[in-house]
Amino acid sequence: MEKHVTVPFDKSVSESLKAGDYVFLDGTVYVARDAAHKRMTQSLAAGNELPFDIKDQTIYYMGPSPARDGKVIGSAGPTTASRMDKYAPQLLDLGQTGMIGKGRRSQAVKDAMIRNKATYFAAVGGAGALLSKCITSSEVVAYDDLGAEAVRKLTIKDFPVIVVMDCHGGCLY
Amino acid sequence: MREIPVESITEAVSEMCIKVCHELSDDMRTCLFDAYEKETSDIGKKILGQLKDNLAIAKEEMIPICQDTGMAVIFMKVGQDVHLTGGDITDAVNEGVRRGYREGFLRKSVVADPIERVNTKDNTPAVIHYEIVPGDKVGITLAPKGFGSENMSRVFMLKPADGIEGVKASILEAVRDAGPNACPPMVVGVGIGGTFEKCALLAKEALTRPAGEHSPIGYVKDLEEEMLDAINELDIGPAGLGGKCTAFAVNINTYPTHIAGLPVAVNICCHVNRHISVEI
Repeated sequence: MEKHVTVPFDKSVSESLKAGDYVFLDGTVYVARDAAHKRMTQSLAAGNELPFDIKDQTIYYMGPSPARDGKVIGSAGPTTASRMDKYAPQLLDLGQTGMIGKGRRSQAVKDAMIRNKATYFAAVGGAGALLSKCITSSEVVAYDDLGAEAVRKLTIKDFPVIVVMDCHGGCLY
Repeated sequence: MREIPVESITEAVSEMCIKVCHELSDDMRTCLFDAYEKETSDIGKKILGQLKDNLAIAKEEMIPICQDTGMAVIFMKVGQDVHLTGGDITDAVNEGVRRGYREGFLRKSVVADPIERVNTKDNTPAVIHYEIVPGDKVGITLAPKGFGSENMSRVFMLKPADGIEGVKASILEAVRDAGPNACPPMVVGVGIGGTFEKCALLAKEALTRPAGEHSPIGYVKDLEEEMLDAINELDIGPAGLGGKCTAFAVNINTYPTHIAGLPVAVNICCHVNRHISVEI
């Protein structure tokens, strides 16, 4: 079933999404991958704030290639989500409602998704040129020194994803 | 003795990095287009359609096919009648990578140390494999390797008694475990024989053989075909969401081995299996 979903979204939207739904996302998402997740959890452990308010937000696991002149961003497809499994449950417990990546997740992430009513979307891996066309703005908001691994805020329009794991325990893999 | 200035190798490597990250080789394009025609799963066909569109956008607008433009793996076949002049060959190859990744707006994905993990910011060093060969030419094959699929690759140190059935089981185990993580449809490079490190190298080099081109050894060709059919029966499908096309090709290279061993390496590559070769 095809749906349009506005990001950020709250738990009630998550509850309406089912594994297998083909979804176009519109709105804003944050981008973070391995190094940024590590730094965010270290920050929390030290008693500091996250670089953005994570409640109801979606994190896109991605590290873009550099933008050419006049372009918003370079190639921008998903990275393997399981590398973030170590960090995701804590962030979901803090209110994150969406994740975009590719590939399987751990049982701990599945449990945290059900507990917090969160949704995991897959974007098509290796379609980074196509997906870059659905990104209308990109700004680095934290950890600039990490280069391709910095935290970004993206505006996306008709960004194609598939619900692969829903908050009811449904899983497409 | 033929003299080749290393600067010409730098230039070649730089151009190859840019080209290979924006445009797939004909063999890989053909595989994708054929798979699109044959795929029977709705979602699978939709995904393969996106991948076809992605290739067109990448080439026309010079946006890398995939944001993971890889760690540069380079096979250098240096003729023994060549005299390389004007500098260190390894420095020259790395300078080519540095230049290509900068000028091509490719992602810099290399960290200087596996534990300390500080990005080198120019995608160097490359992983370079040198081979001395007869002749007065230098052959360069570049295969930038993305790590979504690299992380799902495996080495199995089988026993001789495990035989060809053990090899088949190992290949299927690696592919099944890789599943959606390795961005299928994938190309499966397999190395059989040699030593622990030799079989991994055989598997890596097998990925640079054009898809659809088979091993000249009869039983190996049969194994390639049998494994491709078996993998495509696994119903992993495009993006791991089910379907007929899980792999485009299984390429197997073999080498003599020890009486006590049967090493098998399975190097998995995603559908963006980039490889390009030139001869200087």
